[in-house]
Amino acid sequence: MNVLLVRHGGNAVHIKNSDAGTPLFLESVSAGFPSPAEDYIEQSLDLNEFCIKRPAATFFVRVQGDSMIDAGIYSEDMLVIDRSIPATHGDIVIAGLHGEFTVKELQLKPRACLVPKNKAYSPIDIPEGSELDIFGVVTHVIRNLR
Amino acid sequence: MPRPIFALVDCNNFYASCEKLFRPDLKDRPLIVLSNNDGCVVARSKEAKALGIKTGVPVFKLRHEIRQHNIALFSSNYALYSDLSSRVMRTLEGLAQRVEIYSIDEAFLDLTGNQSLISNTAFGQQVRQVIGDWTGITVCVGIAPTKTLAKLANHAAKQYPATQGVVDLSDPLRQRQLMALLPVDKVWGIGRRLALRLQSMGINSALDLAKANPKNIREQFSVVVERTVRELNGESCISLEEAPPTKKQIVCSRSFGSRVTTVQEMREAICQHSARAAEKLRKEKRYAKRISVFIRTSPFNAHQSQYSNSATGELSVPSDDSRDLINQAMRLLNSLWRDGYQYAKAGVMLSDFYAPGVYQPSLFDQGSQRQPPNQERQESQKSQALMSALDKINQGGKSKVFFAGQGVKTGWIMKREYLSPAYTTNWDDILKVK
Repeated sequence: MNVLLVRHGGNAVHIKNSDAGTPLFLESVSAGFPSPAEDYIEQSLDLNEFCIKRPAATFFVRVQGDSMIDAGIYSEDMLVIDRSIPATHGDIVIAGLHGEFTVKELQLKPRACLVPKNKAYSPIDIPEGSELDIFGVVTHVIRNLR
Repeated sequence: MPRPIFALVDCNNFYASCEKLFRPDLKDRPLIVLSNNDGCVVARSKEAKALGIKTGVPVFKLRHEIRQHNIALFSSNYALYSDLSSRVMRTLEGLAQRVEIYSIDEAFLDLTGNQSLISNTAFGQQVRQVIGDWTGITVCVGIAPTKTLAKLANHAAKQYPATQGVVDLSDPLRQRQLMALLPVDKVWGIGRRLALRLQSMGINSALDLAKANPKNIREQFSVVVERTVRELNGESCISLEEAPPTKKQIVCSRSFGSRVTTVQEMREAICQHSARAAEKLRKEKRYAKRISVFIRTSPFNAHQSQYSNSATGELSVPSDDSRDLINQAMRLLNSLWRDGYQYAKAGVMLSDFYAPGVYQPSLFDQGSQRQPPNQERQESQKSQALMSALDKINQGGKSKVFFAGQGVKTGWIMKREYLSPAYTTNWDDILKVK
């Protein structure tokens, strides 16, 4: 695979493929046992906690168009983007293409391309040796049903 | 005790990078960001810098260049910049134990004791990588045993691409090599005027200043400049300030988008500034006793008659209630206002702050005469409830609820013709993807 994934914004060239790896010190570690006195304390559930692991790296975008409907992503859906996740084969990503942002599935094998999830559209090949601008990886879809 | 070591992390072309992050179409295009009222250049992308465009230049002087080089223009979008800034700072706080937020796009990290785990340069590269990945903002990192040297290291990291954005100046020899290359006005805290005086004494480079006798410098200048000399020699004199000191004053002022000539418009502006200042005051959890109002014409308009004046008044008891502050500001404005001038700027300043519950009213304070104590307490509770409701509704920067005095058709408001969407702070403005 000879296409370079480039993070849109931030530094130039990096992440070759999947194994960029997160630096160790970024992971949080929990230690110790919970106090038994806390057994009955309950918190109400917070959707932020569920959808957002790293607030500083999280962005929201809105979908326009039907190129991803077979992946369950429809026009007007809101997507949660986590830039702290390195993009790998099979991820749904936001990529900069011809001066526009687009949401597609990233394929790196057997050749690099951005795949729409709608039979009416054809995959977009990323030419050998070129750079692909990745804004971030999509982690959640939020849709208003009413 | 381990030797102190600091890093200065500085965002590259910060405002321009914030604008470009959401505009892939502008990737390689020169871009400039304009000051309030779209007056002058305040920030440039690297392409605009390469064209030789300087900050501070009025935009009307650049008309030709803008057309010729297809330069993208943006009004200052502070909602966007401060959101991205806070993302950068929060990320830094996860990377270093102690962080001092120095400005919207700069932070000092205290790395004392860290160096045994990982080399300074490797750490700097890691900071650069993580900030770039997470927030989309490119930073440069300068590392050195003092804050003043860390600033110089950062300057070098920006200036020389071969450094890959990270310069470690912990080696005294490297410090000297770099200082010999840099003019003295590049040193942190040495302004243009000071630099001129130093140059007249034969101190031209940063290294000349480092070699100067600290005692002489103290006698000729000040302890502050002496401290700079010591810092340049690797002696850490300026420590990290994690919690910013409590504010001593709050100023809200703006130049008008177009000249203000009627008292009604001026009242709206002063009312708006007072309301905004009161909001900031409550954020600081302080009560203010003194309020000043100033209005002035433009000193650059030599042909028109000039007027500039300010007035200060005190509240009977310190308050954080927008209504008290607006009332007092209106009274002050009435005493200041003169018809027949073209006003260019106005503002409000709050000072003489008290922590909640600290102020001792005197026996003859009007406040305590006005109402019996019980009723007064109730009033104050009501005021607090009202103000916190107001702040809650207005969260996120846009005034949804405001005082009638602020006016609804604000012609005096800032000119921002090239404002980008609030991509990260307003649901209606989030990025669209296909």
